[in-house]
Amino acid sequence: MSLQPLDPRTAEIFPMAARHLLGDTQLRKNVRHATDVIQNKRRIVVDEMPDWQELRESGKRLREHTMQHLREYLEQFERNCTAAGGVVHWARDAAEARQIVVSLAKSAGAKEVIKIKSMTTEEIQLNPALAAAGIRPYETDLAELIIQLGHDQPSHIVVPALHKNRQQIREIFRREMNLPDLGPSPQDLADAARLFLREKFLTVPTAVSGANFLIAETGGVCVVESEGNGRMCLTLPDTLITIAGIDKVIPRYEDLGVLLQLLPRSATGERMNPYNSIWTGVHPGDGPKAFHVILMDNARTSILADAEGRQTLNCIRCGACQNACPVYRQTGGHAYGSVYAGPIGAILTPQLMQMEHAQSLPYASSLCGACYEVCPVKINIPEVLIHLRNKVVKEKSWADPEAIALKTVASIFRSERRFRAAQRLGRIAERPLVRKDGQGDGWISWLPGLLGGWTQVRDLQSMPKESFREWWEKRAETKGGSDV
Amino acid sequence: MRISLFITCYNDTLFPDTGKAVVRVLERLGHTVVFPAGQTCCGQMHYNTGYQKEAMPLLERFVAQFRDADAVVVPSSSCVAMMKDHYPKMAEEIGRPDLIRDVAELLPKIFEFSELLTRRLGLDDVGAYYPHRVTYHASCHGLRNLNLGDGPLRLLKAVRGIDLVPIANVEQCCGFGGTFAVKNAEVSSAMLAEKTTAVLNTGAEACTACDNSCLMHIQGALHRQRTGVRTIHLAEILASTEEGRA
Repeated sequence: MSLQPLDPRTAEIFPMAARHLLGDTQLRKNVRHATDVIQNKRRIVVDEMPDWQELRESGKRLREHTMQHLREYLEQFERNCTAAGGVVHWARDAAEARQIVVSLAKSAGAKEVIKIKSMTTEEIQLNPALAAAGIRPYETDLAELIIQLGHDQPSHIVVPALHKNRQQIREIFRREMNLPDLGPSPQDLADAARLFLREKFLTVPTAVSGANFLIAETGGVCVVESEGNGRMCLTLPDTLITIAGIDKVIPRYEDLGVLLQLLPRSATGERMNPYNSIWTGVHPGDGPKAFHVILMDNARTSILADAEGRQTLNCIRCGACQNACPVYRQTGGHAYGSVYAGPIGAILTPQLMQMEHAQSLPYASSLCGACYEVCPVKINIPEVLIHLRNKVVKEKSWADPEAIALKTVASIFRSERRFRAAQRLGRIAERPLVRKDGQGDGWISWLPGLLGGWTQVRDLQSMPKESFREWWEKRAETKGGSDV
Repeated sequence: MRISLFITCYNDTLFPDTGKAVVRVLERLGHTVVFPAGQTCCGQMHYNTGYQKEAMPLLERFVAQFRDADAVVVPSSSCVAMMKDHYPKMAEEIGRPDLIRDVAELLPKIFEFSELLTRRLGLDDVGAYYPHRVTYHASCHGLRNLNLGDGPLRLLKAVRGIDLVPIANVEQCCGFGGTFAVKNAEVSSAMLAEKTTAVLNTGAEACTACDNSCLMHIQGALHRQRTGVRTIHLAEILASTEEGRA
């Protein structure tokens, strides 16, 4: 499969994209299996924590506090990072961020760069920009390597190749690494990736990373990972370029005490990540000689300005909401047309697009609340989804069929008389559609227009002869009404 | 106790038997049920689909109808969740001080049907008889927004003759989601397929819940596939006695 970069500006609307993906039986099996495995691991390490709910509350308060003082903490980070020998750059949007990375890589003389898994670089489509400037990016995270070699796109923010199974990964490695005899075991695949990447670590002197957290108090940057490939990228090259959304800042070093409990347990079901790297500026004879951080806005301040939407920025990118989401579990991530898929993507992507694109995403949810329940920083995702739906509706034309239908229904509900009339009318209107089959009063198996989605796999029982209120009134008339 | 019934728009129109069952159970327990005639809809469909403006007058209508109630019973957890989660904010937005106060005073008196029995009236056994194999679907709003916990199950366990069987992945959404079922019909169908599989695997002859909205959705597929499994609102099971079905 070869996919264009996930771009909300050109992506199909969610219901259409989902329709295609629902037909991919392999993908659906892979996604179901992987999300089940991660959810079960998460459940075990969350249930063992007696203070998990208090931790979530602390995480939420910490993120809210940070967003309220975002400017001060960012400036504090800039001062401390600069004092430690780092160079801080500010990027207004994706284009500026790309341009800064490309020019830094060029001035380092890079023909190749090694990369740590970073959703922010996916968000700004950095790899195509590097390639266009003659710089070849190598993904070093195992999942990102699978995606890159498979000419694929990430479908999950923590486990980007979650939609691929081991056999498919083996095929990609056999083909792209030219290893016709590659074995099928996890060990075989990990060995192949190790050999492939080790050479890059030892020869490519420029690295690009994302960040999990930017520590204002120290100017340090934190990256957590499971493989150690990130640690290689952070320590071996001469030049390290880190790109982070401005929402990644945290006030103090000790705040990691809360966040590094919440994040790994929520993300991968681990008590702690195997590799927790924190680096601060540059140090002679140890690690990169040049360190750059790009602090990118890319619509985050516009999200911050929206009182109801701003909790979206509290996200620490654990992906627990994706694993828990019954919609994501059916479609996988590509249906969302954005590197941010699942519930968090459904609220983040339209806001990053300033509501000009991805307007179908706030509706890609049954509002079941499973996402809110698992969110380690208690983002009320259903509440934000509803808020964004309202923004979508406000932009609708008066002639929109859905708007006309819902406004008509609302006017019916505003009057008891109209409501009664509509109930009677409904019983008459449905008559041509009702079929008797001996089970109950009768069933409808075909509905027109928008409602046709219901009857594609579901029947609908016909309306009863009498509404509840009609029965109630009749009962009152017959006085006493003892026989219910 | 004098209990005001908010039947909800779709129960009134499509599931009157559920309303009759609520009346029957509460009267059997010695309570008086009143039905404010001007009631229509809580506004959930509009609010959740993004038509907040259209939902506002429905909040005002609801409050006007039920302001003086001692207790309000609603046989739908999603409608109760709508009120508890959104009415305070909506009242603030409308900005009428009397409305804000009325909402604050009214909300603690509103109960989902099973919640009224277990939490307000302190009952598990309401004297029901229902000799059938039944599985319970915990609707998302009951489970997560109202935290009904094991209340509905305790009521069911106390039913004479019932063969109550647990369903796999009880916390998983059936895929209804209001307008989601038509706006994202394909994904909703895929979610529903998992839920009906879970229902069928129990071997139950009926699936019950506190929400006819989920049940209408589940029943729609169970009937389309001619599975021979029906759905029934919790209230209708509790209304059933040896003397007669609701």
